[in-house]
Amino acid sequence: MVVHAEIRMVHRGGSKINFREPVITHDSRFLLCAAGESVNVYSTSTEEYVHDLQGHTDLVTGVVLNPSNHLQVYSCSADGTVRLWDFTDAILIKTFIIGYPIYSIYVSEKHGGVVFLVVPMANYKSSELFQLVAVHLPHSGDQEVEARELSAVLCDVSHHPGAASFGREGEYIAAVKGLQLEVFFFKKQKSYRFSLKSGMKKGAKNAFTCVSCHPKEDCIATGHEDGKIRMWRNFNQKKEYTYSTLHWHHGAVNTLCFTPEGTNLLSGGIESVLVHWHYTQENQKDFLPRLGAAITHIAVSPDGSLFCTSHSDNKITIIQSCVKVSAVIQGLVKGDGVWTNLIIDPRSKALVLNGKPGHLQFYSLHHDKQLYNLDIVQQEYIHEEGLDQFEVVKAAFDARGDWLATVEERRKKGAELEINLKLWAYDELTQSFVLNTTVTAPHEDRITAMFFSPSPETTMLVTTSLDGHFKAWLLADHSDANEGFWACDFVGGYHLLKPGCCSFSADGSLLSVGFQEVVTVWSPASWELLTTLSQPPGAIRDLCFGRLSCSKYLLGASTKNQLCCWNLLTCSLEWSTPMDVSLLQTDPLSENIAAFCSQSGSSDLFVFKPSEPRPLYSQKALCTGKVQHAVFAPRDQMLESCEERTQWLNRSQLYFLTQHMDLLTFSTKTEEDRLLASSKQLMVDDSVAVTPFYLLLGKHRGQQLEKQEALTNPMAERTQLPQGSIAIKELLHTPAHVLPSASFLCAMFVRSLLISSSSARFKSGLWLYHSRTLRLVSDMYCQLRDQIISN
Amino acid sequence: MASFKSTKIPIYPKLGEKVTPDTLYWKNYKAPVQIKEFGAVTSIDFSSLAPHNYAVTASTRIHIYGPFSTEPVKTFTRFKDTAYSGKFRSDGQLLVAGCEDSVVRLFDVSGKVALRVFKGHTKGVHVTDFTSDCYHILTGSDDYTCRLWDIPNSTELTSYKEHTDYIRCGTTSKLNRDIFITGSYDHTLRVFDARVEKSVMTMDHSQPVESVLLYPSEGLLVSAGGRYVKVWDLLKGGQPLVSLKNHHKTVTCLSLSSNGQRLLSASLDRHVKIYNTTNYKVVHNFDYAASILSLALAPDDESIVVGMTNGVLSIKHRKSPEEKREMVGKQRMQPVYRIFVKGRNYVPKKDDFLVSKPVKSHLAKYDKQLKKFNISKALDTALESWRRNRKPEITVAVMKELDRRGTLKNALAGRDEQNLSQLLNFLIGNVVDPRFTPVLVTATEMILDIYQAVVGQSSVVDRQLVRLQELVEREVDYQQDLLEVLGMLDTLFATSLPRKEVPCPGSSR
Repeated sequence: MVVHAEIRMVHRGGSKINFREPVITHDSRFLLCAAGESVNVYSTSTEEYVHDLQGHTDLVTGVVLNPSNHLQVYSCSADGTVRLWDFTDAILIKTFIIGYPIYSIYVSEKHGGVVFLVVPMANYKSSELFQLVAVHLPHSGDQEVEARELSAVLCDVSHHPGAASFGREGEYIAAVKGLQLEVFFFKKQKSYRFSLKSGMKKGAKNAFTCVSCHPKEDCIATGHEDGKIRMWRNFNQKKEYTYSTLHWHHGAVNTLCFTPEGTNLLSGGIESVLVHWHYTQENQKDFLPRLGAAITHIAVSPDGSLFCTSHSDNKITIIQSCVKVSAVIQGLVKGDGVWTNLIIDPRSKALVLNGKPGHLQFYSLHHDKQLYNLDIVQQEYIHEEGLDQFEVVKAAFDARGDWLATVEERRKKGAELEINLKLWAYDELTQSFVLNTTVTAPHEDRITAMFFSPSPETTMLVTTSLDGHFKAWLLADHSDANEGFWACDFVGGYHLLKPGCCSFSADGSLLSVGFQEVVTVWSPASWELLTTLSQPPGAIRDLCFGRLSCSKYLLGASTKNQLCCWNLLTCSLEWSTPMDVSLLQTDPLSENIAAFCSQSGSSDLFVFKPSEPRPLYSQKALCTGKVQHAVFAPRDQMLESCEERTQWLNRSQLYFLTQHMDLLTFSTKTEEDRLLASSKQLMVDDSVAVTPFYLLLGKHRGQQLEKQEALTNPMAERTQLPQGSIAIKELLHTPAHVLPSASFLCAMFVRSLLISSSSARFKSGLWLYHSRTLRLVSDMYCQLRDQIISN
Repeated sequence: MASFKSTKIPIYPKLGEKVTPDTLYWKNYKAPVQIKEFGAVTSIDFSSLAPHNYAVTASTRIHIYGPFSTEPVKTFTRFKDTAYSGKFRSDGQLLVAGCEDSVVRLFDVSGKVALRVFKGHTKGVHVTDFTSDCYHILTGSDDYTCRLWDIPNSTELTSYKEHTDYIRCGTTSKLNRDIFITGSYDHTLRVFDARVEKSVMTMDHSQPVESVLLYPSEGLLVSAGGRYVKVWDLLKGGQPLVSLKNHHKTVTCLSLSSNGQRLLSASLDRHVKIYNTTNYKVVHNFDYAASILSLALAPDDESIVVGMTNGVLSIKHRKSPEEKREMVGKQRMQPVYRIFVKGRNYVPKKDDFLVSKPVKSHLAKYDKQLKKFNISKALDTALESWRRNRKPEITVAVMKELDRRGTLKNALAGRDEQNLSQLLNFLIGNVVDPRFTPVLVTATEMILDIYQAVVGQSSVVDRQLVRLQELVEREVDYQQDLLEVLGMLDTLFATSLPRKEVPCPGSSR
């Protein structure tokens, strides 16, 4: 295995922020949520990311406020530690080492200094059995404390964090698993179990999904698979317990939450409707519909004024006073799959991929923030399981970013396929894409590839489909309508073979279409079949043309582990190599081509130029599983690395998506250093919430600061000059009434600032320096004059 | 929190002809007035004098109608046999007509008896016309001759016997008193100059010529014969300019619209076609009930008069602008503009406090019901009779939406006889429409699934089901035929395409 110390893989594009229940701080100003290996802190009013709490070495599995100090927060992680943080300043206060992977954490005000953790059963470390344990956190001055005194509270609990809840004033804890509700009373040290029948009759699924206890009364609310909510009362004995049933959800109840005063019960599920049940008047309920995606967690601020809901599309919604959505914190949406490739929007340089169902998301890689969602399907999304919905399966931008083409399809079981091809024009005014043309059923079968011609003269789109044809679409200019629409220009095929991929050459003069084993090369100007290339065995899976100096080469990857490179000038095979290439990606700014190969369950990466036999860079065992999507994103600033191994990262950066939907990229050491430096510069005063007012005021203050700096800076620079400093000191410290005339002083002053040209230090920036000096001189002169006048 | 997205109603391209200025112009005529004549109407001629009466030659009579009269203002009946070609002189005072009995008669428009009788032809005279100086008459006859007559002393001036078949059309130049053109069944057009002995120009139409027409500039000549209309350039020595073949039966009559921009041709195929004279494309088309023999347009296109073989004379008058305005006035019952924009164009002043009101999006009734998941009600709304009949795309779009939600079956179920027959009626009307077929076939299958248990309980529904079955069977046969035709065309195209060799790297090197 080749290891390059200078290049390493880094995670990009937002971790899951909907993994665990978020926490709102006591003053309702901040929202804390577990995000991968750190805890992110957001402002609730502006939805801005404030900072993160870094320290855990594995997935963070729970965040709770310290009940005894509301400025501190506990976090637990699968790395077996519980950490105590000061979240306002992002300071790690203490680390408690537990030694087992922790799945969730519970605290109660009554049990000070004790945290309740869900850990795997000690005996069966690998099995799926979990227990709830109480851990006394030792008081000690050390930063790292070992806390290994675990006392089991409940055995066999669910690892799901919503499956346990503290009751009134921490007197009991209720946990659910499967068909059983277990309540443990701390005073009596006794637990009661209540079971439901499996209830398979009438399609009812009685299994528990979540539990929440009323904060003031003895009442437990449990959610169930079939959408029912049960309110348990009188459960401090085995026999005469009662429950009442509430039913509104048609899918499983994902989460339940009582408001701090216990007046309302909130519930959410796949319907993406937040339901408020009025406690004691359960037939009265309010709804907050169309929140975008299935609700996974609900949290309420300690004063009850803010609700926040986590959604399955990696989003946290903050809801003000029960009715109004006030802020949305959106991460990179990771849906069920990415059918569109990773694409870079040429205009905004944002990464474009499937977002919410039926949407394309534009994600800024630079700011790690979602820019916007483009609704492609434009249909009401029905939140119901088992429905065939329209999905965006292909998307493509033209070279300038003026046009976006999307393909959406919906396959019904046993019915024919519905496909729509949509073309969107970029509207300068609204800075967004506007639907221009919809083509229903552009092909009779699935569309396998879609590309715009990169040539600047014509805007042409080519689609290939499993129905054995490829079609070229052109923008038909219509004189009487002010806007043109798209129409089919050419339908091509080759011996009724199914085309699987296509590629345009860099200048758009050639189009190659892979028809199973045969590669055909067409001229888009005349639609003439220029040549056919074939290198059996194996169907062609991916095709790409070389760029710049290598534009005479055409590369093809076949299913039978062959990577071929044809020379288009001689129409002959230049070289071929046995490689199981799953993906070929060209860098638009250089000759480099990245090939992802899958070998024995993991992926390898090779970066090479078609003209050179040796790869520029190779990395074995990149990640497990096949890499299906990758893209070269152009950099804002070119890196100036001269080292051969990292040179390919100079112009653009390679992003790729693993099977587990992790967005990864390659980064060099120099780049990381630079990023670190810039982040330090950008550090702001975090204790103040970032409100518009603050921004305004902060800007003003910043300007003032800058001014001060501008005033102090020249001094600093001046002190560097040995002769200048003395002269100016003399000049400024002499009383004004004994000074000679300003015109005389000026000449002397300027002479004192001049530097002999032989000085080697300023060789490069001499002119810049001189201009700066002159400005300085004029400033000084003005100051001087003012001084004299005032005297 | 996103708002409800309404059901997308697809916009289908409008089929049929496009609305052009020409269609608007030529559609702006009232319903035709029909007058029954005694026989086939062979000729219609408008007087150039003010009220623009027109002479209609049919059978043994010539009727003169006023512009808006349905009764003839004057009748000439002194013909022994069928009359032909009643023509006004350019001053509107005299009328000339030929007759099957070879005699040409000249009438005073106010009199009854013929002023002059020209005898000399040996067979029926089908063509008569005045020369531009008003003193001579041109006649063309079935005895293959065309002659010029002097009006004052009713003598024959010249006779040309160059045609070798019946002369059935002819016209005189309006600019030169000596030039005239005749067309004959011998397929030729001849241009004569009275000052020379022989024809000065001959053009071959290659079909028996039925009608000739000179452009006002007299540089171009139009001839009609067989299914063809041909345009000749006289200034280039009779060079053919265009040949139009837009009729599928013999073209019998030609006419120019008043401004000379449009050419009209009438044919035995019961159509009148209107051509643009710059590119000779058909811009409009009139249909009539019977084969057309004659056609004339009043000055300024005020009316179109068409005579047919069944003796019906059809007159279409142009709609006057006052009537048009009246029609618009009746429709308009909406509030006037002033009330409509009340307060909307108010420009906020400097110190005004702006209260923004959320724009309430209007949802259609079916969308409101869909929003509340009232699926059956939404389908009922979409099936309301006016929507079903006038905007079937809405009904189909709602069905598609329900299908997407997986609830179409529930919405279709539980309907009573009346409701079901309504639904089946809609299916029968639209299931074979290619725009709606994919959705409606699914709906049909569901209906059959749901209601198969109750088949036979209602005679109305049973009848409709049988009709539906027949319809589907017919459509299947039709599609089969279409596929066969497609296969035939494919073979034809495949044989006609030249085989092109694609260079292959392996074969050449």
